Amino acid sequence: MNPDELLFAETHEWAKVDDENGAKVATVGISAFAVEQLTDLVYMELPSVGTSVEAGREFGEVESVKAVSPLYSPVTGEIIDVNSSLPDSLETLNADPYDAGWIIKVKLTDETSLAKLLDYAAYQKQCAEEG
Amino acid sequence: MEVALARTPLYDWHVARDARMVDFAGWSMPVQYSSIGAEHKATRNAVGVFDISHMGRLRFDGKGAAEFLDRLLTRRVVGLGQGLIRYSLVTNDAGGILDDVLVYHQADHDGDPFHLLVVNASNRAKIVDWVEQHSTEANDVTFRDQTVETAMIAVQGPRALSALQPLVDVQLGDMQYYTGQAAQIAGHVGIVSRTGYTGEDGCELIVSAESAGDVVERLFAEGEAFGIQPAGLGARDTLRLEAAMPLYGHELSEAIDPFQAGLGFAVHLKDRDFIGAAALRELKARPNRLRRIGLELSNKRVPREHYPVLANEEAVGEITSGTFSPTLERPIAMAYVQPNAAELGAELTVDIRGRAEAARVVPLPFYKRDRD
Repeated sequence: MNPDELLFAETHEWAKVDDENGAKVATVGISAFAVEQLTDLVYMELPSVGTSVEAGREFGEVESVKAVSPLYSPVTGEIIDVNSSLPDSLETLNADPYDAGWIIKVKLTDETSLAKLLDYAAYQKQCAEEG
Repeated sequence: MEVALARTPLYDWHVARDARMVDFAGWSMPVQYSSIGAEHKATRNAVGVFDISHMGRLRFDGKGAAEFLDRLLTRRVVGLGQGLIRYSLVTNDAGGILDDVLVYHQADHDGDPFHLLVVNASNRAKIVDWVEQHSTEANDVTFRDQTVETAMIAVQGPRALSALQPLVDVQLGDMQYYTGQAAQIAGHVGIVSRTGYTGEDGCELIVSAESAGDVVERLFAEGEAFGIQPAGLGARDTLRLEAAMPLYGHELSEAIDPFQAGLGFAVHLKDRDFIGAAALRELKARPNRLRRIGLELSNKRVPREHYPVLANEEAVGEITSGTFSPTLERPIAMAYVQPNAAELGAELTVDIRGRAEAARVVPLPFYKRDRD
């Protein structure tokens, strides 16, 4: 996926919203910048299908040699799919954070929070400021 | 108010190599260049180079230097042969640890003898105060903080000596571990020692601040064939943790005494009177105190500092350092626990953010290099 087509949270997660059978479904992952900053990933804890998530709330965690970081959901809804092979192949996040490195798919129940997400240009500006 | 961070003489060199710089004890230091894992493995398998100029270097001259330091250190300094280096602790009157240090007895390039204390960056101001507080004119000792005017570079790994040898005019292979001597290093006067904080063979160099950049450039030119890599504080931490070397502020503090920390080897009580000796004599005999242990976990979640350690669901202690060991490929940690939970093989749990993870007490160090 081209990052230009994604929406980004200030907390470095991305979302891609698609129409699936009349419902809005967001695919969620973490940005290449986040993966680079974390480095040395060793562990990822994912929620199960059916769990409700809320924009800005934690849905999992990713652990590196140095520290543990929470994963925050950029959207509100119900988890309908989880990339369960990801925790055993975390290198996928380095190689392909915007496609094979997707983390969860969420059926949206409330779209208002989407307006708070950044487009790629705005997100890149934020990353540049964070250094 | 934001206080400007101190920069080592190699600051520009780090930035030019795209290091990620962080605040460490008031210094802007490289935490990593490529990745902690890659730098860790380069040090275990080839050569890693660490800028450790932030560590405090305090020089003591004068006939009374050995006696003066003997009063401040847990380890005997009087009688320490020239060229020898020893690990020691500085304790307060209660026997609590103020710092862990290396004490060198050296001759400089002019042949003049002196003692050197290498102290933690985080404790430098405290130890300088402690030295000043305890020095009197009768001591016949002069003291100088040489931290800023010098640089210190650790060259560590199985191929460290091969990479460094072409630069120095001493035979590194003939030097015993924990010895040091004055040397020409890439044409600059300095001190080379067979010391380190990684669990690998290697050396540490002390040179003038002005020559540090040149020394490092020459070292990387010679070391390229040996797989030399720069390594940051991130790898320094995972390396020292695998080697079970304590870190001040984690395993060591004023609330911990040397015996709890498993550092009794660095305490010489016989026929000596140093600051803390009376308290340490009493503490040595006192049972049932928390002690330092090593833990290995079978799952991948990593125990971090301050996480509770439990035995049969009862809290028995706390993690002081934890990481994912790049060598063992599993989480490891050091902790202080009650003695009844400290037995090798004991099955404990660590409360990792609300969930109990199984942990086993294992011998320290976690990693020991093959010695030839």
